[in-house]
Amino acid sequence: MFTETPFIRKKRRNEVIAKFFFGGMAAAMVIPLFLIVGYIVIQGWPSISWEFLTENPRSGGAKGGIWAAIVGTFYIVFFSLAFSAPIGVLAAVYLNEYATENWFTRIVNLAVINLAGVPSIVHGLFGVGAFVYFANFNNGKKSIIAAALTLAVMTLPVIIASTKEALAAVPRQFREACWNVGATRWQTIWKIVLPNSISGILTGVILQVSRTAGETAPVMLTGVATYKLLDSTGLFLYHPITDQCMALSMHLYYIATQANNVPHSTPFAIATVLIGVVLIVNAAAISFRVYLRSRKKW
Amino acid sequence: MSKEPTEVLSPALAVPIARRGQAAVLGERVIEGLVYLCGISAIVFVFGIFFFVFKEGAPFLAKLDFKEFFFSKEWIPTSSVQPKYGIGALIVGTLSVTTLAMVIAVPFGLGAAIFVSEFCTGKTKETLKIVIELLAAIPSVVWGFIGLSVMSPVIIAVFHVPVGVNLFNAAMLLALMSVPIMVSMGEDALKAVPDSYREAGIALGATRWQLVYRVLLPAAKNGLLAAVLLGVGRAIGETMAVLMATGHAVNIPDSIFDPVRTLTATIAAELGETSHGSPHYQVLFLIGVVLFSITFVVNLAADFIVKGIKRK
Repeated sequence: MFTETPFIRKKRRNEVIAKFFFGGMAAAMVIPLFLIVGYIVIQGWPSISWEFLTENPRSGGAKGGIWAAIVGTFYIVFFSLAFSAPIGVLAAVYLNEYATENWFTRIVNLAVINLAGVPSIVHGLFGVGAFVYFANFNNGKKSIIAAALTLAVMTLPVIIASTKEALAAVPRQFREACWNVGATRWQTIWKIVLPNSISGILTGVILQVSRTAGETAPVMLTGVATYKLLDSTGLFLYHPITDQCMALSMHLYYIATQANNVPHSTPFAIATVLIGVVLIVNAAAISFRVYLRSRKKW
Repeated sequence: MSKEPTEVLSPALAVPIARRGQAAVLGERVIEGLVYLCGISAIVFVFGIFFFVFKEGAPFLAKLDFKEFFFSKEWIPTSSVQPKYGIGALIVGTLSVTTLAMVIAVPFGLGAAIFVSEFCTGKTKETLKIVIELLAAIPSVVWGFIGLSVMSPVIIAVFHVPVGVNLFNAAMLLALMSVPIMVSMGEDALKAVPDSYREAGIALGATRWQLVYRVLLPAAKNGLLAAVLLGVGRAIGETMAVLMATGHAVNIPDSIFDPVRTLTATIAAELGETSHGSPHYQVLFLIGVVLFSITFVVNLAADFIVKGIKRK
């Protein structure tokens, strides 16, 4: 029969303490998140209405809605992913399918890691130097295209990393079978590797939608105006090259810190919309990933 | 019957091997060239970032007094009489916010990583990982807004201090923001410890806690260090949250409830008001070069530590 010595009892007790201690640490990170997000949503909810979402801001943002900011964010996200997704996917194809293990590949990988670590504000400075003044899309003024390109450079390393992971998940035998029937490297990639990893690649790209939508510092230097008075409430409010736009993230910053006579709940409502967009996009990407994992055939 | 080898090798039999048209071969070459170009784009962009940020700031280097630039705490760039460009106080601001954030985030981040990796399984584990991923997705401007409108009144009420936007507020936000990356990197590091280590420990009668303390932490310490470094890199580079929550006053802090200002927030707040090519504009780009260099070193260090483990 097993008898419990004091030593074993102490051991067990420490085990329980450790479990609760570490669990508490995890909880201490997660619970405040729920409380804070809940508080913001409760404070912002009274302001959120159909009119709030579909009207343009008026009186310096104090009245009206946030339509112009929503459309601006959409423009920036769309154009930035239009650049970063193809380049990032092809770069990952190069690193995973073509590159051999040597010093050059090592440097490319190092560059990807470092690009991911560059502070967002430095990306913004780069955007000012390279896209606003050097490429000069809009005569030395900020423009949507400059902001989109800046964010494209910023999201590139993340898209490369997630795509590489998706490509690496395709078993090597798939490629070997394809090569054996005489397909070239590119035919193998195009007909076998990409179709089998497209869902993983898409998940990575979708996650960048929310990152791009929330980014503030780089776009406020390169293409986003604090406030614009617009009459139209259509979809085509801006010209991508000659216009600056409003954006949800920047609008929140402006309303929370600089605008006057704003009702108390307005910034909370903008934050709620921003959090909502980000969480919906992320939840979609995550459930997509879980679904794909469950029906994986190999 | 005599063999006729020439018949076997006749061109008629060789034909079925499909020949691809020259256009197809050429097209493939072009695509592969494109793939290669995209592949090296990361290198191009890293150099491009350094080049363009440095290029915009470089004209000021001739007039720059390095000692004053790095050590003077007088940042008065808009003075029309005698502007002063000392980023000493800003560096102290960045370092103090980052340090305090790490003091809070490292135990919590690594503790949560240990919990996720070693103490929970199945559904709990998946749920926790997803929640932490969502934590990472909240935009920094929302964090800044949280600091401004939620944390600030709480800090005033709890600690009885006059201003709620200060060093402590920003450090709390940065801690929450850098925890996700620490948890995911830390979990990877713990996962990289071979299971045979765990099995050996359990076979000797060790509890989970003893296993973590005596086996896993020593075995994974490089990976955990890299996780912390990545968190540091993220905290140094964070802009909007610190811009909104530090109080944004050029100040060497005496206590954790003093307002400070960071390098990143200074660029974000002031670049829009400078004119292209003015000394103030150039100095802000030089601050960008300083920031780029700091994070470059931190990320490189983290990468070397991680690669060191993989080689073992």
